[in-house]
Amino acid sequence: MKILVAVKRVIDYAVKIRVKPDKSGVETNNVKMSMNPFCEIALEEALRIRESGNASEVVIVSMGGAQCTDALRTGLAMGADRAIHVSTDQYLHPLSVSKLLKSLVAIENPGLLLLGKQAIDDDCNQTGQMVAGLLKWPQGTFASKVVLDKAKSTATVEREVDGGLETLCLDLPAVITSDLRLNQPRYATLPNIMKAKSKVIKKVTPEELNVEIKPDIEIVEVNEPPKRKSGVKVSSVDELIDKLKNEARVL
Amino acid sequence: MEEETLYATSNPLYGGSLGKNINCWRSLSTCTAKLQESSVAKLQGIQSSQRRLLGSSAYELHRNDSFSKLSLEDIDYFKKILGEKSVIQDEDVLSTANVDWMRKYKGSSQLLLKPRNTNEVSKILKYCNSRYLAVVPQGGNTGLVGGSVPVFDEVIVSTSSMNNIIGFDNVSGILVCEAGCILEKLDSFLAEKGFMMPLDLGAKGSCQIGGNVSTNAGGLRFVRYGSLRGNVLGLEVVLPNGTIVDMLGTLRKDNTGYDLKQLFIGSEGSLGIITKVSILTPLRLSSINLAFLACNDYLSCQKLLLEAKTKLGEVLSAFEFLDCESMELVLSYLDGVRNPLPPSNFYVLIETTGSNESHDKEKLESFFLHSMERGILSDGVMAQDMNQASSFWQIREGIAEALMKAGAVYKYDLSLPIENLYKIVEEMRKRLGESAKVLGYGHLGDGNLHLNISTPVYDDTVFELIEPFVYEWTSKHRGSISAEHGLGLMKANEIHYSKSSEAVHLMASIKGLFDPNGIMNPYKFLPRSLLSQHKEDASLHGPEI
Repeated sequence: MKILVAVKRVIDYAVKIRVKPDKSGVETNNVKMSMNPFCEIALEEALRIRESGNASEVVIVSMGGAQCTDALRTGLAMGADRAIHVSTDQYLHPLSVSKLLKSLVAIENPGLLLLGKQAIDDDCNQTGQMVAGLLKWPQGTFASKVVLDKAKSTATVEREVDGGLETLCLDLPAVITSDLRLNQPRYATLPNIMKAKSKVIKKVTPEELNVEIKPDIEIVEVNEPPKRKSGVKVSSVDELIDKLKNEARVL
Repeated sequence: MEEETLYATSNPLYGGSLGKNINCWRSLSTCTAKLQESSVAKLQGIQSSQRRLLGSSAYELHRNDSFSKLSLEDIDYFKKILGEKSVIQDEDVLSTANVDWMRKYKGSSQLLLKPRNTNEVSKILKYCNSRYLAVVPQGGNTGLVGGSVPVFDEVIVSTSSMNNIIGFDNVSGILVCEAGCILEKLDSFLAEKGFMMPLDLGAKGSCQIGGNVSTNAGGLRFVRYGSLRGNVLGLEVVLPNGTIVDMLGTLRKDNTGYDLKQLFIGSEGSLGIITKVSILTPLRLSSINLAFLACNDYLSCQKLLLEAKTKLGEVLSAFEFLDCESMELVLSYLDGVRNPLPPSNFYVLIETTGSNESHDKEKLESFFLHSMERGILSDGVMAQDMNQASSFWQIREGIAEALMKAGAVYKYDLSLPIENLYKIVEEMRKRLGESAKVLGYGHLGDGNLHLNISTPVYDDTVFELIEPFVYEWTSKHRGSISAEHGLGLMKANEIHYSKSSEAVHLMASIKGLFDPNGIMNPYKFLPRSLLSQHKEDASLHGPEI
């Protein structure tokens, strides 16, 4: 069975982000980028499934400009077998990503599609669900545990939901999105980094996949959250009541 | 008559039995009494001597009774010039300020002053100088040689309230700030402007720039950005007699006269108090790569260093090493830390910082390939994001904390020729056998070893096997007994292992010139016998200069 993992290159989780002066987005120039943490976890799960003998190949895919190959190289260094780069300079919203993934699934025929639950730049949390809908595949999102049954061709997924943990059994092929506690990703070891240099990254375009990228969402404005106001010392109970009534309006 | 009261402690380090060979804190029962409540007579009962078994040799340290004892008039005067808020006699605050980070050195100061500006510092020192009151300048109190805490009842002058950033030129990268600014806060401030501090050390969350300059701190990025002696462009200092000397230049080049700031850098508070610093800060480059590597033996570590300097060249920004004992200790005592590699004899942490991501990655990959082919590198991992990078650094920076948790620690900071650097670790292991764990780690890129000996409790027999052997060995191999930590109280009498007597005599003359009453950080830095000798000579014959 093949596993297809989608990974996204995002601003590093530890970076302090700044909004561009023209409010069109977040500053990405000269800012450290790395693989989305949830995508890392998804890839780690795929590698573990392969190592346990339940899959034969792990293929990773990333979509966007030329720099996507950085994330793909990281993925290959972690141990993925080969990579696909869907090359486009257009902004990709989750629906477009889902349509592209659907086309790739038709070509690659994986038994499992693994993604991170959301990207830390847009926090959409939509791609996994949308692509499952387009493919009419079962989905197990926010997975904190995945157990495959090769014989029965099912996956048992424990999901983190508001009320606790929900356990689902999905028929394969299926879509699973990873949550934080699924696993702890491995480091990229030097021997693997060296091996990754000779692994293949195949480039395709949306046209070749017969997908038209039509943005139906326009980002109007990006603003920083309001700065936290400093605290004020009050000098008497009367002043406190006055402020609670007239400023905070809670009385 | 000496009054010795055993300080009751539940600290497991200090055992329970009384005896001649026990290392324990001997402190006054009176020192914690609030000054207003106690009478002056009680003040006089301050212990006049303390056994310093943890210092460089078991000798008795006597309080220099030519220093005055604090009086109620003194307190009133300080309150008048500084305001009540800056004059602290609170027990809890004092008990923290009297003990160093390693909890090895404890003073019995009754007074902590927190001036808010240079003028207040000047008034304090002028008064203390006229009253013969001894003074200990204190910043973040993170020093490792007992230089930042009182030995007896010296007045603590803290720079913590002087923490303003005065100015930053974002073309030249020159930062001017007050001495009490915390290093990490300065670095965050600079990060927003695209710059960074030229030094980085484990204590960055607490240490203050004034203290860093007074101790000429080294740290993790020394191999790339060099010494504070190169990066500090100017200082404002207050001399022991209260004179304010403004040397706060912001020029890269200024060859006009003697470079006096160099005297203050590394002087450990013995010549005056640094109140402002102007420092050159490098650009914060975006391409940072960190690799955690494994080597089979120390020889491979050395070869790796040479290889890194050759192949990585200008982008190398840190080269640290640690041995397997250090790794084991960190894994045992720190939470949430995991070894990124299978167990190995030595680990090396290499960081590169450059302006071009792909260029640096290429260099690194060629360096790794080459080193692996030559067999000097047995395994390694590269951090793929900032979280992984900080987890690698946590291993290296966490060793000191792990040592504190493990029990008693004898800490040595040596500069040695790189071929011999690890030999002292091996020799120490042979000498101590089963009685102690010996760890070696440090700034291999600068030839600086942090030799640490860990035992469950402090033990005289262990101590006697360590000193003076470690100093003699270092001296024999023409190394320094203190690469970056300084002399403080711990090594106040050991300077002769690394400096000639002519040089040390000259240092004593300089001390006598700046601080004739000897009130600044007494008992530390230079040998006491020499300083008292110089004082005698000066009073008989007048100053030599």
